[in-house]
Parts: sequence; structure tokens; C-alpha cells
Amino acid sequence: MSTVQFTFDGVTYHGNKGEPLAAALLRNGIKVVTESSYRYRPRGVVGLGYEEPCALVQIDSGSGEPMVPATRIELVDGLVVRSLAGVGDLPNQIDKARYDKTFKHVDVLIIGAGLRGLKAAQKAANSGKSVIILDDQFQAGGYVTDLNEKIDSKLINSLKKNDVTHLQRTTAIGLYDQNYVVAIERRTDHLSSEILPEMSRMRTWHIRAKEIILATGAFQRVLVFPNNDRPGIMLSHAAATYLHKYRVGTFKTGVVVTVDDFGYQDAIRIHKSGVKVQAIVDIRKKVTGKLHDQVRKLGIEVILGATIVDSTADQSGSLNSVFVAETNLDGQITGTRREIKTDLLAVSGGWTPTVHLATYLNLKPIWDKKIAAFVMPKLPKNIKATGFANGEFDKVTNPPAVFFGLIPEGEDAKVSFIDLQRDANVRDLRRAVGAGLTSVEHIKRYTTIGTAHDQGKTSGTTTMGLLGQLIKKEPHEVGTLTFRPPYIGVPFSALAGRDLGILSDPIRTTPIHSSHLLAKAPMEDVGQWKRPWYFPIEKENMHDSVLRECKAAREDVAVMDASTLGKIDIQGPDAGIFLDRIYTNMFSSLKVGSSRYGLMCGVDGMVFDDGVTTRIAEDRFLMTTTTGGAAKVLDWLEEWLQTEWPELNVYCTSVTEHWSTVAIVGPKSRSLLAKLAPTLDVSNEAFPFMENRYAEVAGIPARIARISFSGELAYEINIEAWYGLHIWQEVMKKGKEFSIAAYGTETMHVLRAEKGFVIVGQETDGTQTPQDLGMDWIVSKKKDFIGKRSFSRTDTAREGRHQLVGLLPLDNRTLLPEGSYIVNEGDSKKEGKLSHIGYVTSSYSSSALSRTFALAMVADGRNQIGKFAEVPIGNSVARVEIVDSVFFDKENTRRDG
Amino acid sequence: MLLINCPWCGPRDETEFHYGSEAHIGYPEKPEELTDKQWAEYIFYRNNPKGWFAERWVHNVGCRRWFNIWRNTVNHEFGPSYKPFTKQPSRPK
Repeated sequence: MSTVQFTFDGVTYHGNKGEPLAAALLRNGIKVVTESSYRYRPRGVVGLGYEEPCALVQIDSGSGEPMVPATRIELVDGLVVRSLAGVGDLPNQIDKARYDKTFKHVDVLIIGAGLRGLKAAQKAANSGKSVIILDDQFQAGGYVTDLNEKIDSKLINSLKKNDVTHLQRTTAIGLYDQNYVVAIERRTDHLSSEILPEMSRMRTWHIRAKEIILATGAFQRVLVFPNNDRPGIMLSHAAATYLHKYRVGTFKTGVVVTVDDFGYQDAIRIHKSGVKVQAIVDIRKKVTGKLHDQVRKLGIEVILGATIVDSTADQSGSLNSVFVAETNLDGQITGTRREIKTDLLAVSGGWTPTVHLATYLNLKPIWDKKIAAFVMPKLPKNIKATGFANGEFDKVTNPPAVFFGLIPEGEDAKVSFIDLQRDANVRDLRRAVGAGLTSVEHIKRYTTIGTAHDQGKTSGTTTMGLLGQLIKKEPHEVGTLTFRPPYIGVPFSALAGRDLGILSDPIRTTPIHSSHLLAKAPMEDVGQWKRPWYFPIEKENMHDSVLRECKAAREDVAVMDASTLGKIDIQGPDAGIFLDRIYTNMFSSLKVGSSRYGLMCGVDGMVFDDGVTTRIAEDRFLMTTTTGGAAKVLDWLEEWLQTEWPELNVYCTSVTEHWSTVAIVGPKSRSLLAKLAPTLDVSNEAFPFMENRYAEVAGIPARIARISFSGELAYEINIEAWYGLHIWQEVMKKGKEFSIAAYGTETMHVLRAEKGFVIVGQETDGTQTPQDLGMDWIVSKKKDFIGKRSFSRTDTAREGRHQLVGLLPLDNRTLLPEGSYIVNEGDSKKEGKLSHIGYVTSSYSSSALSRTFALAMVADGRNQIGKFAEVPIGNSVARVEIVDSVFFDKENTRRDG
Repeated sequence: MLLINCPWCGPRDETEFHYGSEAHIGYPEKPEELTDKQWAEYIFYRNNPKGWFAERWVHNVGCRRWFNIWRNTVNHEFGPSYKPFTKQPSRPK
């Protein structure tokens, strides 16, 4: 074992490489590790593992980590930690370490590599099964290695096989349905300088096992009495292991207080380490057997029928003496107090099997009075438990007492701690009971017992025991605490793995994206897509840029990258019939080469998506969807085809990424198209609205669709995706003479809003029918389609529903915030509750109108046209006129150029 | 996370699937002949039993196909899965 340096609270100390930090602190005489979170009482090491309720530190070296129990840090050279009271600090630097994850399927997963776990692994491996055995300690062996006994090397070696994965420093943090376990492996923190940069610091294991064996061991419990929290008062198994195995010295003398035979075994270990044990204080009245004889032989006094009833501290706050008194099992002190000077009190308050993982399956642990513990619930057939975890405490000869400590009143109650980390004490418990609470689940929330980082590993059963005693019930009659994953604190970085930054979510860009970046267009996120928002020239702001782009579209020509629109190729002889059922309007009658705008609804009659669909051939349609709705529309189509209409011979596939789409919009778009596609007759007669033509555009075969989302003469040029950038560049080049401007999503929104065209997801939120949007014209009366029956439901057919209207602020520069409420004229000045009549869905400044305008949903809106209303904006009020939802070119004179 | 047996692909993690609520709720033959109450029952009302429940799932990042499966809502145990329009296996015990 080599000596290493570490720093605690700014002071450098030495310790043995690989031992727990807690052991090194104790050997260096640091009994007071921190102070408690709420009452600022000195606290030291209590436990040996993740059950540690007190000795928390913040790690400042390496990746840094807040709130780690000193008992679970493996000492490495250069470790820097500081004491931590309650709340940790997130490291303020970006963690440069790597984290990853892996997925495994195995025959047998064994959780816990103590003696029982190792044997179970050996048995499974010998029968040819694939095995993972994982364990959260630094080395295998569990309780046996704590006792400083050797595990048979043959047993460990028998696991060095193909198909057996043996992981130490790995904690199962969750157990889920169908034997799914998530575990965190700590891979590098114990290696200090030898780490390779590409090695991951932690690995998250996702394991699905045919069979799980829980060999998770058990935790010792604290006992409750006044001043039971002083540094120097430790769990007896932890104290004995630090002294006997890790040789920490530190303590001069010891006292053991116990409710079971484990206290005797630990007293012997402490004694063997050279610390004189003055007495074993046992609540039980009669004890026999080998261990008992052994301690007598060692000259240790055994005080039966008694327990510790108080303690005193030295100047540092550490334990100075304990008071012993005869006490009955109800916690009533019946004898006189006797003081024993000691700086160590080892507490054996009984063992609690670690049942957490099993209870994550919503199974309740079972109270076993014989061993004074909650044991494993009835497990599903593919999960078994063994060893301590299963309540098999082999060494028991005298049954343990069912005793959890004292329940004093008055000032003593305030310093009798149940949950040391939360500083929750007997007074809190009494107060909760006084408030009428009788369920431990309520007590937990009232007192915060069991809610700290350790989730009450040492205090859960104690709480139930003492509560039961207060209200005269057995521990299992007060309910059971619900444990929830994760079993220990887990850094978010471990769960995130590599899914960070650019890898956290796919970014979708069109083939024209590089040009948008060169143009310095700010991007808008639309689902996973990056879409240019607007195209500023020099130092233009968004407002000016959008006005200029709109003007170009209305007066000259403007171009937009429309490639992100969802595209679904729908093929098959029944495709037309299928679309008739999906869309509210008719598609089977659509001529080949023509396009039609369609609206689809859910079965509830509410608008679900919209888009233009083109008949490419008799048995083939190309559907476009909203950019954000593409995936859900494809799901929707497939669901109906598979689960309702399998008789329809129709196939759908997503082709969104297969095509680039460049929209040219404006009165000069026809002249521009003529330059781009010299072979195409672009006249209105030869190429009418809502038709498609195939021609070469800038040398590339293209399908050109005459469709418009702005009311202007417009064309969409569709080419195979990889020609997108070429076509965009050609359009920009040839468009120069027509003063072409590129435009983004904002201008697209303004142009369509001026025409009163809705955007699904902006004007709609899943509660609007086509009629609400003033789109009765698109609802077929001749055929059935999804949602039709819902239009005659009482609520959808009623008067007074919110309907789409336009709003014109009387001050033509006032831009109404989207989402604003609309109230009746005069109402905004009224006192008390305001009832609104609607809300603003879209609001813009218009170049064509030389003013601001908005779209809104207003109750009985179409009958309100011509009336005035008010829109409260912060402390002011905007007066608005309710108008028709079409603001520009109501007669559609511009569509044909 | 559940392990769900897709009748086409075999057992896969829950993250590959989407849930589709109660199985065997067919689109009414003649919606226009239904009362508002009957139509509302088709749209909005579903059973929510304690115990075995036949429900729909879709393997949407796998084969993208819909199927039905028995699931116990108490302990998430799965019974047999079966393809749409095939005979429903009997309720597991």
C-alpha cells in the first residue's frame, strides 16, 4: 500500500492509496468532518458506505462533485475535498471528462459481490449462463472483506470467464419492469494520473436480465437517545472496520451499545485493534453463547438491560463520555445514570436488509419480528434475494431486541436525532404525531426524515419503530416508506453520456443551409429544423429586414427555402379513396398534374394539419405537411391504413429530405421563371394556378408547382435534394435584374397573415374546427371523412365558439403581443374579474398595409366584425377594431400576376 | 422501462414503441347514424381496468407496425401480443 497526499479543507494530509477517505480522515485525527445543515452541530463519520448520513464532502479535484459521502471516496494522490454542510456547489467549469453508456442482455444479473453474490455468480457461470455481477464497493467480498478476512481466490478466479462480466465500483441505481436495471460504473476517479483521456469517467449500464439475484447486503441502524449525533458515535460495524481493517487508531477507548449479537462481534474487533472496549451495553436482559463468553474472557464488561441515555462532548464537539442506565424495551429509563468516559461509542442498532431495488417495483417490504427488520417483499419469479439482503443473518444466536432508542420529551427531544442529515429529531416526530399524523409517509413529509441524500438508509426503520411506539402500533402497521430510484446520487453527466451539445438532439438543415449561413441569416428552430428567420442586409434589424422582404414579395420577387415542408409519397390504386377519408375535402377527383390544398382533422373534428397535395400519377400523390407536423402525419396515415382500412392498397413513405423546394414569390416571379426555365411556357393560360409542370430549371429536371402561400403569383421549384443549393444560387443570380430578395420564416408569416391564411399550431391549438377558422368551404358535404361526425356534436355546432377574425389597432403603430387577451370595449377599466372574449394568435407590422395588424380568435367573432374591443398590454390598453381576417387583396387579383 | 414483444420483431425496449390505448375500438361503420353520446363514447371513453387489459402499441422506431398485446395494469406483466385482425388470445390468468 502506498502513501498518497490529499487536501481536506485546505490542509494537506497523508493516507493510504485506495482506502476510503473517511478512514484517512479518522487516522489523521479529523473526527469533526462537517457541521449539520440546520442546527450547526459538529458531525463526523458514522457509517462505512452509501448509508453515511453525515460525513459529506465536496470534491474540488478532477471533475469535481458535490455531496459525496467521505465513506465512498477512494483515496488517490492529489485528491482535494472540503467539508460540506447540507448543500453542495455545482462545479462552475465545464466537465471535460467523458461519460458513456452501454446496453446488455444477460441470463443472470447479480447485484452485490459479497460472499453470497460471488457464489451465486460462480454457480450461474458454471452452468453456462451469461452473467453480470456488479458491486458498489472498491473490491469484491462485502462484509467478509470488511472483517479483513480473505475471499477464496478460486472463487474470484472462477468468474474470469467469457460471458461473465464482473464490475466493482458499480452501483445499481434502479430496478424497473421486466428485470431492467440501470447501474452506474465509476471507472477513473480511483486511478488519478494514469487516466487515458479517451477513457470515460463513468459508464451507465442498461441491463436486461432473465434472472436477477439481489445480494445487496444490509445497513446497520442508529439508536436514538439525547446527543446521539456527536463525532465519535458511529455504527459499530463501521467503527470496527475502520479500526481493525484500516488501522485508523484515533480512539483511546470504546463503548459498544447494542440490540443484537453483532455488537459483540464488533466489540471483539475493536478490542483486537488495540482500542480498549470498556463495556458492551445491551438492551436485552439475557444473552448467552460463544460471542458472549469471548467478550467476558477479554475482560469487557457487559451491562445487560440497559442502553445509552445521553452523551457529553469535549471542546471540539467530539464525544467525551456516555451515560448508561437501565432501560426497558419501551424506552423508559428505570435505573440510575452512570457516566463512562470514552471517545468512541459503537452503535449496533440492528440491521436492515437493503430491499430498495425490490421496492422500486412497488412491492412492500415485510416486517419480520424475529430479526427486528423489514425484509424482502414477495419477489416476482425472476428475482431472488440471498444473504443479508434476504435477512439471513447467520451469526445470530440470541435474537435481536426490537428496540430503536429513547423517545424523550422536552429539551432532550430536540437533540435526539433520527435523521442526522436532516437534523430531524424526536421533537419533530412528536409534533407530527401531535398534529394527528399516523402514517409514516405523512411523517416523512412533515419532518423531512428520509428525504436527504441518503434517503434515510440508516433512519427509515428507526422512524417506523419509534412512530409505532408513540402510537402503540407495530412498525409495519404505520405503513412503509417508499424508496425511489436512484439508489444513490448520480451526476447528470453520467445519465447524459455522450448526448450533450451538438449530440443532444439532431439538427436538421436543408441542402441550401450553407448559403443561409453565408448570408448571415439568423436561424429559427422549427422542430429539429434550422430555418432562416430573416435575411438582414448589413446592419438592418429584424423589423426593417422583414418590411423590405415583404415589399420585395409584393412588388418585385422574393425567394424562400421551403425544403423543410414535410413530404409524404402516397402510392397505390386506392390512394385517392384513402385521401378522401383523411382530408375534409375531395382528392379522388383531383386531375393528374394538379395540386389541392387540404385540411385534416382528428376524430374529434379539430384541425390537425394542413398542406398542399399533388397528384403525380393516377395512383400516386405527393402530400406536403407542416414542417413540424410531418412525423405525426405519417404516423396518422399509417395508423388508419393498418388498423382500420387494411383493405386499401396504399403505401406511404416519408420523402421530406428527398426534395429541395425553392419558392419564388411576387409579380415578377413569372419573368424570373421564364429566364430559369427557357423551355417552359409560363403564361397564365399554359400554366394555370394549382397546376404542375415538368421542365429543366437552370439545367436541372424540376417539378414546378404554381401554388401560393402569400396571395402573390408564385411558383415552387422542386428538385432532387442535392441540387437545392445550385438552384438557389441560380435563382439569386438570375433574380438580380428583378431586384430579388431572399426571405425567411418571419416574412412568410406576415405575407400569409395579410391574406388571412392560418398556420396550424399558431391559429390552432387542437380545439378549432375548420368552421371556427372560417374554412367551411373546404368541408365536403358529399363524403365521410375523419372527424366529420364531430361537427354536429352539441359543443362543436353551438353558437358563440371562438372564430378567426382580424384585428386593427386604432393606433396603427401598436403591435399587439401574440397571446394577449381581448376584452369588450370599456371592460379593461372595470374593477374585479375581467372576462375575455378572445385572444391574439398572430401579430405583425405590414409593409403592404403601412400599419400593424393581427389575427385573433374571438367568441362569436364573425358577428363582432365592425365592433371595437380592448387589448390590455401591461398597464396600458390598446383599442382595436374587429375586422375580417383577410387584410390584403380580398378579391384575389394578384394570384395570376 | 418495459420490454415489449412486437409480434413481428420480437422483444424490444419500450422506447421503440408508442402507446395506442385500448384495443378493439373500431371506427364506427356509420358515424352519421350514431347519437352524440355514442359518438362521444367512441372518441373519448376508454376502459381503465385494474388487471389484464388488451391494448394497442406501435413499433414506431422499429417496423412501424401496429399490434395488440395483453398487459396487466397492476404489475406491468405482459401476456401474448397479436397482430391486428387476428384472433385475440384468451385473457391471461
